[in-house]
Amino acid sequence: MKPLHEEPHVLVLAPGEADQRFWCDLWHYRDLLVFLAWRDIAVRYRQTIAGVAWALLQPAMTMILFTIIFGRLAHMDGGGMPYPLLVLAGLIPWQLFSAALTGSGDSLVANAGLISKVYFPRIIIPMAAVSVAIVNALVSLALLAVLMPVYGVWPTWRLVTLPLLLVLTALIALGAGLVVAAMGVRYRDIRFVLPFVVQCGFFAAPVGYSTVVVPEHWRMVFALNPMVGVMEGFRWSILGHAVQELPQMLAMSVATMVVLLLVGRWAFRAVERDAADWL
Amino acid sequence: MTKPIISVENLGKRYRVKRPGMRGGGGLRHAIEAGAASLWNGLSRIVQGRAPYDRIAPEDEFWALKDINFEVQAGECVGIIGRNGAGKSTLLKILSRITEPSTGRAVLRGRVGSLLEVGTGFHSELTGRENIFLNGAILGMRRHEINKRMEEIVAFAEVDDFLDTPVKHYSSGMYMRLAFAVAAHLDPEILIVDEVLAVGDVQFQKKCLGKMSEVAQDGRTVLFVSHNMAAVQSLCKIGVLLEQGRVVQVGLACEAVTAYLANGSICGEGFNTSGRQRKPTNCEIIDAWIERDGVPTQALLFGERSDIIIVIQVVKRIKFAVEIILRQQDGLAVKFAPSGLAFDWEIDQVPGSVKIRCQLPPMRFASGGYSIDLITACSGKEFYDYIESGLRFTVDSSAVGERNWMFNQSRNQGYSLWEVNYQVDQNEITQGL
Repeated sequence: MKPLHEEPHVLVLAPGEADQRFWCDLWHYRDLLVFLAWRDIAVRYRQTIAGVAWALLQPAMTMILFTIIFGRLAHMDGGGMPYPLLVLAGLIPWQLFSAALTGSGDSLVANAGLISKVYFPRIIIPMAAVSVAIVNALVSLALLAVLMPVYGVWPTWRLVTLPLLLVLTALIALGAGLVVAAMGVRYRDIRFVLPFVVQCGFFAAPVGYSTVVVPEHWRMVFALNPMVGVMEGFRWSILGHAVQELPQMLAMSVATMVVLLLVGRWAFRAVERDAADWL
Repeated sequence: MTKPIISVENLGKRYRVKRPGMRGGGGLRHAIEAGAASLWNGLSRIVQGRAPYDRIAPEDEFWALKDINFEVQAGECVGIIGRNGAGKSTLLKILSRITEPSTGRAVLRGRVGSLLEVGTGFHSELTGRENIFLNGAILGMRRHEINKRMEEIVAFAEVDDFLDTPVKHYSSGMYMRLAFAVAAHLDPEILIVDEVLAVGDVQFQKKCLGKMSEVAQDGRTVLFVSHNMAAVQSLCKIGVLLEQGRVVQVGLACEAVTAYLANGSICGEGFNTSGRQRKPTNCEIIDAWIERDGVPTQALLFGERSDIIIVIQVVKRIKFAVEIILRQQDGLAVKFAPSGLAFDWEIDQVPGSVKIRCQLPPMRFASGGYSIDLITACSGKEFYDYIESGLRFTVDSSAVGERNWMFNQSRNQGYSLWEVNYQVDQNEITQGL
């Protein structure tokens, strides 16, 4: 006889079966994403005097350093933009990207204790790391809000694209972070390689200068770095100055994001199924 | 007849055994070299629609679990027992979705809550309340569910006054209670519990066991792994005995426990001559085992009586003594019984083989592994045969006294219970201050 009540929650465990439940599981564990991100933020600023102000102080100090060294001493050209704002508009997306990539890339190994003891969709861990970076970036936007009037720059309708650009940055970082996290589970070498790669990326991205200084025929090659499009987008959104190739550059960034997310999801899934055995 | 709440069919888990020089064994460089070679393989597999890396050579495989089949009906409490390495933890990891099976499948008809470790995800900087939310979310609870059970959890953990204190300031007892409390209020239809009771004090263990039997009586299904045979017997109705990655027995818990304790020899750890110190010319020890009530075993319970049987081959008439040395898990010799030197017992034997029964006193030892050196000797002069750690055995679940205190082998407590008779000497007591 069949039971009258409806079939309860049925879970089938077999090789490859977990793929089919991916989105459903992710939705069920959405609270965990919030809690994990919140934990990292709460713990990060505990027992510090400045607290969350560190999220402001870090970009502020970098900006001041850049303004003094490149702006004043090396007489770098702002291309008509106030140099400190130019730096800040590049720095905020860059710091979001590097924090999100480093955080998510290292997240699986850092949370090995959780992964080997309890089930939840593993992708939540890098996603939480990216969320932490987003919160930090939002805080550092306050710095921008203070400095813009100081330099007589007033917000325009273009500012509404800023959230989209932040999301784009976060997704690029998540895609790359997934690939790195997946590799890092098996090869701990990644832990040593990643900071170096991020450092290189910092110089290959237009943080302290505008892409205008790059010769025109090299600009699209330069834009292979997906952060170039995003950072120039930021400058356009905040300061109104756009390089000529901005639409192509942004298209490149979006395309890279899609590819990174697809590859990242595939690589992550391949490792996720037996990550607990490697950690 | 309703469907079983858990059905496991031909479940298997394969691991790759790392060997020196094997590809994929070393870091990134090895992987790149090996990867270049197998990239083509992998790509062609993807094109054919197969998993990209199912390429473990048969000789490198190790099956932690193989052909596991069993069913559990709703409301049953099942104890999973077996020696270390039998595959218990792997089975729990698969059922709690931490790792995927390599073959076969398991169907779980109900919400699963698993507790493989007490306090997973606890962060020492966060307060008790914050950790309840975090840990609850990690275990799969929704925020409103946690809110609903907050009071119960706090009451169970007895930490009301410290709820907003970071858990790094908690005593270890409070920490354990809080961690178990969250998991215990998970309210799943299937609860999977690993050896969580091995930690914590007696009070805590009792509380956990109490909560678990409450859960079981509530009509929920409990899967419980433990080395504590007493707990398995009292809590579980059904027992599943694993041995070397296979199910050896499924049946009543008490029968499975009996089988577990009796089948010492099937794990191939009986008489072992690899520790032989010299090539014996005479009085060679050819076999040995431990017997309880006439049945060979390798696992004893606290306080049980047992005998060691030693079979000795004599080629030339000789008078010799038997000596045995008991070693603790770390190899330290803790007891010595020379039959000639201490007990004036020697045997004058004509050629042939002789079976000697050594009656041991009740095994009042801490739970853990032990080994025995087997020696034949001419008392005080020379050894004829000396096999270091020729026999191994374990003492399981040394629950001592009315309180079921778990006596485990450790540096601080040693291995042997010192049977001291404590009493108050009335004449020496002064009344008042």
